[in-house]
Order: sequence, then C-alpha cells, then structure tokens
Amino acid sequence: MRTIWFLVQKEFLQIFRNRGMLPIIIIMPFIQLVILSNAATFDVKQVPMHLQDRDRSALSAKLVERFTAADYFRLTGSSFSDRESIGELLGRKADLVLVIPHDFERDLTTTGHAKVQLMINAEDGFSAGVIQAYSSEIIGTFNREELKKSGVNATVQAPPEIGIISSGWYNPELEYTHYMVPGILVILITLIGLFLSGMNVVREREIGTIDQINVTPIKRYQFITGKLVPFWIIGVAEMSIGLLIARLIFNVPMLGSYWLIYLVSAIFMLVVLGMGLFISTITETQQQAMFVAWFFMVIFTLMSGLFTAIESMPRWAQTMTLLNPVRHFVDIMRRVMLKGSGVMEIREQLLWLVGYAVVMVTLAVNRYRKVAV
Amino acid sequence: MSEPVIHTDKLTKRFGDFVAVDALSLTISSGEIFGFLGANGAGKTTAIRMLTGLLAPTSGKATVAGFDLYTGAEGVKRNIGYMSQRFSLYDDLTVRENIRFFAGIYGLTDQAIKEKSRQLLETLKLVAVADTRLASLPLGWKQKLAFSVAILHEPKIVFLDEPTGGVDPVTRRRFWDMIYEASGRGLTIFVTTHYMDEAEYCNRLCIMVDGKVAVLDRPEAMKRHFGVESMNEVFIQLARPHRTE
Repeated sequence: MRTIWFLVQKEFLQIFRNRGMLPIIIIMPFIQLVILSNAATFDVKQVPMHLQDRDRSALSAKLVERFTAADYFRLTGSSFSDRESIGELLGRKADLVLVIPHDFERDLTTTGHAKVQLMINAEDGFSAGVIQAYSSEIIGTFNREELKKSGVNATVQAPPEIGIISSGWYNPELEYTHYMVPGILVILITLIGLFLSGMNVVREREIGTIDQINVTPIKRYQFITGKLVPFWIIGVAEMSIGLLIARLIFNVPMLGSYWLIYLVSAIFMLVVLGMGLFISTITETQQQAMFVAWFFMVIFTLMSGLFTAIESMPRWAQTMTLLNPVRHFVDIMRRVMLKGSGVMEIREQLLWLVGYAVVMVTLAVNRYRKVAV
Repeated sequence: MSEPVIHTDKLTKRFGDFVAVDALSLTISSGEIFGFLGANGAGKTTAIRMLTGLLAPTSGKATVAGFDLYTGAEGVKRNIGYMSQRFSLYDDLTVRENIRFFAGIYGLTDQAIKEKSRQLLETLKLVAVADTRLASLPLGWKQKLAFSVAILHEPKIVFLDEPTGGVDPVTRRRFWDMIYEASGRGLTIFVTTHYMDEAEYCNRLCIMVDGKVAVLDRPEAMKRHFGVESMNEVFIQLARPHRTE
C-alpha cells in the first residue's frame, strides 16, 4: 500500500510539473468538446440550390418560393442549360439543381400531372437523402395545396392519404447536441486515458528510469496500480468537468443518476488505462506506442455509433462493435442521460465493460516484465 | 577473505548468434571493490544487468547476496543497489523528491526517510539545492546523488555501471572517495569502468574481452605479470590483438 502511495505521488508530481502536459490534459479536451459538439451535426441547412426555371410562370415562381422560404435551401444562381447546371454541381456551388420544365404550369392545371427534376449531389449519401426528403416534402405540400385550389380535384381523384404526425421521445426537440455531447465526452476521456497511460511506461523505458524501479523489490501489481490510480483520478475528474459543461453550456438533460454515470466511468477508465499500459509494455518507443494508440482510437471512434448508426452497419461490423468498449459507454451515456435508464436496463453493456476491464488490467500486469529476455 | 556475496558459474547470455557474456565464473567476497573492465561491447553491462535481475541469463548459475538469481529474485533485489550508466533518477523531480521516492519504494519508514534525507543532503552538500529539479544540476552532482540513492536502503552489494562517465578527473576522484567510504562500512562494490586510473583503485579486477574473462587478479599482480607500469598498458596488451576496429 505504501509503495503504491509513493508511486502515485511521484506520478502526480510529474504530471503537474510538466508545463506542456497540463493544457493538453485540461484545456484541450474541453475546447474539443465545445467545438465538436456544435460542429458535428447532421442537420442539413442552407443547402446551396441552383435553379433552371424553363417555365417562368406564376406557378413555377411559387414553387421556387416554397423552396427558398424555408431555412433549408438558399438560391445561389439560375440558368437555362443543363451544362451550366451540372457545372454548378461539379464546382460545388450548388448541391441541388431544381429543373422546372417548359410546360409545368399548363400540365399541372390541365391534367393535374406535372414533372420537375431534382439533381442532387450525392457524394455524401446521407446529406443527399436529407435533401431529397426535404424537397419531396416541399413539393408534396405544394402539390396538395394547388390541387385543392384548382378545380382539377373534381376530375382527378386524390388517393387517400395516411397522415403522419411524429413526436420524438427522449429528445423531443430533436436537439442534435443532446445526442452528441454525451458521446463526444466518452471519446475525449478515452483519448486522454489511452494516451496518458500509453506513453507512460514506455517513456520511463526510453529515459532509463524504469531500470532503477526494476532493481527494487517492487511487485508488478504495485507498479501497475501506482500507474493506474493517477490517470484514473484524472479521467474521472475530466468526466466531471465534461458533465458540467454538458449541463451548463449545452443544456443536456440528465434524467438518470449521476452515481450510475460515475460507476460506469470508473469501470470504463480501468478498461482504457489497462489498455494504454498494455500498449506501453509491448512497445519500445513512445512513437510506436503513439501509433498503436491511434490505431485503436480511430477504430473505437468510427465503430462506436457516435457518428454513424450501428444499425446501418453490415452484420459482421455490428458484431465487431460489441468488442468496442467505447461503443458500450457511448450507448450507456446516451441512455442514462437522455432516457434515464437505470442499472438494470444497461446491465448488458455494463457487463461487457466489466469483462473488458478485468481482461485489460490482467494483461497489463502480466505483460509488464521486470526482467528483460 | 570472508564469505562470497556473488558467485557465478558459467553465466552466459546470448542474443541470437551473438554471445554477449560467455560462461562467466566469478566469486566475489564481502567488502571487496571488484572492478569489471573491458572495451565497449565486451559484455560488462550485460553481465551487470544479469546480476541485478534486469536481464534473464541464457544459461549458467548465480547467487547474489546469498539468493539464487532465478528463484530468489526478490531477495536479491532487497539486498542490492544499482546505478546504471544512463543516469536514471527522475530529472523532473527535485533532489529531495528523488530521495523520498526511492526510499519509499524500498519500504523505509517516514521517520527513516526524513532522517536519511537530512543526512544525505548534508554529506553531499546539496542542502542549498534540495528543492531544485535534477535537470538543472551538474552531472557530477547527479552521479553522487545517484550513488547515494542506490545505497539508501543499505544493501549488501552495489552495482555501478560506468558511474563516472562524462565527468572530469577531479570529480571522478571525489566519487571514488565516496566508494571507498562505503566500502569501509562493509559494502561490496561491483563497478564497471573503462577509465584505467579507476581500475587502479579496485581490490581485484576482471578484464573482459569479447564476452570472456581474459584475466582476473589484483591490479599490482596484473602489472607484474605483464611487466608494465600501468593498467593502461595491461589493458592495451589484452584488448588490442582481439579487437580490430
């Protein structure tokens, strides 16, 4: 116990003395949290739109107005040729081209049928889908209202429609930041934990101080515990500041219990730190450790369900995400904060994390060798 | 001579095809200052790393401070001190913090740590810089501190791996005063060096060439045997024919 205490003191002294390190640990994550949470949004707004209005009628003007009236589209130019329109798409001056054909008004008023063309930049399939949905919605509403006004209604039987009125549970205003902040917070403490611990032992090896430790009768578990505890405290402290920012700046609700969040954070930090120390014991230089840590960080982030829904991944990838501790913690954070889930509802994810923690810490203790071969 | 504190029997270390230490057999008695000489790459550091339990031997037997190197590792560690050729205290901690940390790791009580720190700072004349980070101290001071920290827990043997590399002869001479003083208290000293003036200070010397013991004797006996005036000449005669650089 005493030995561990001396190690912990020493680590803290070193961390707080390192002027380069403090800003990285304390300030950087929160700048990231604030910026990323605002920037990482799937809301599609102010889409640049190019217009090809070949009809130039009252009705076509009305349709265009529908598009530009909302916040979703912004008219950036108009022309009468496909070549020019496509040029706009290629130059990314427009993501949507609305083509209204020559006989639009006449066709609509006489036959009740008219066609418009939408050319959507689908480089980013997700945004393209959203643009298409918005456009369909606008055209649909326009359609219904015009039909109602004109007498065409009598001749063309409008098909019966099922109206959908949706209301989002657990995030009724569909606030994107409420969904993102808890997840980004997880990524940040993973990043800090993995890198702090991942660089630590290998750094002592690089500068040679590890030898001085290894000739002492210190035990492996003492050494690893002495390394874990300081970073664990830092991780949990970062979590606290993050939760405070979530509450004060982003107004993210906290429907569940803070105790539960802390319990899970405590276990999760063991996973991350165990993994970092393991990396530290299998690498020779800080540079190697850094690359290995990044490799895992990228996979953990992309497969965490933070930015892309896990449900839309291929089956094999979905199975793989079960091995990703970040995925489970992101999931737990969102559920507890936004839905108020209790320990019973998250037990499956929690068990994964506990299992992971045991495996990682055991690996770290076992891989740390006092004797070189 | 009193009982042996280090005994090795054909201790060997291979790295692939390269034999770094080849069947090293030594017996070192309590209180001896035992010098381990050799050119760079002769296997000095490898031997010392095996004896301190930092490196696993490939074959051979050894007992250190009465404990078997393989089965009694913890016993060995409690009874040895080590100062590596790379300066290995914490540069970002102060003098006092380094003393406190290593004393704590070796399990000294708070009272003992306090007492030892005070004593050490006074003998080393480091009171004025006790709260200065090591990084800003001269190398000679750091080496003296490293030696003192290595014997803080009163081990039976201390291993010094090129302890005075990179400092001037006067500082080296002072360092050796400390070694003599510790030896006088019964501490066994195992020291590697490639400074021949230091070799003369040892009770017995072992000169290594290409991983093997070339000669093992008292310095005066060696000089007589080779019919030369200084250790330098002994070393050149031994090392030259074998090494072509």
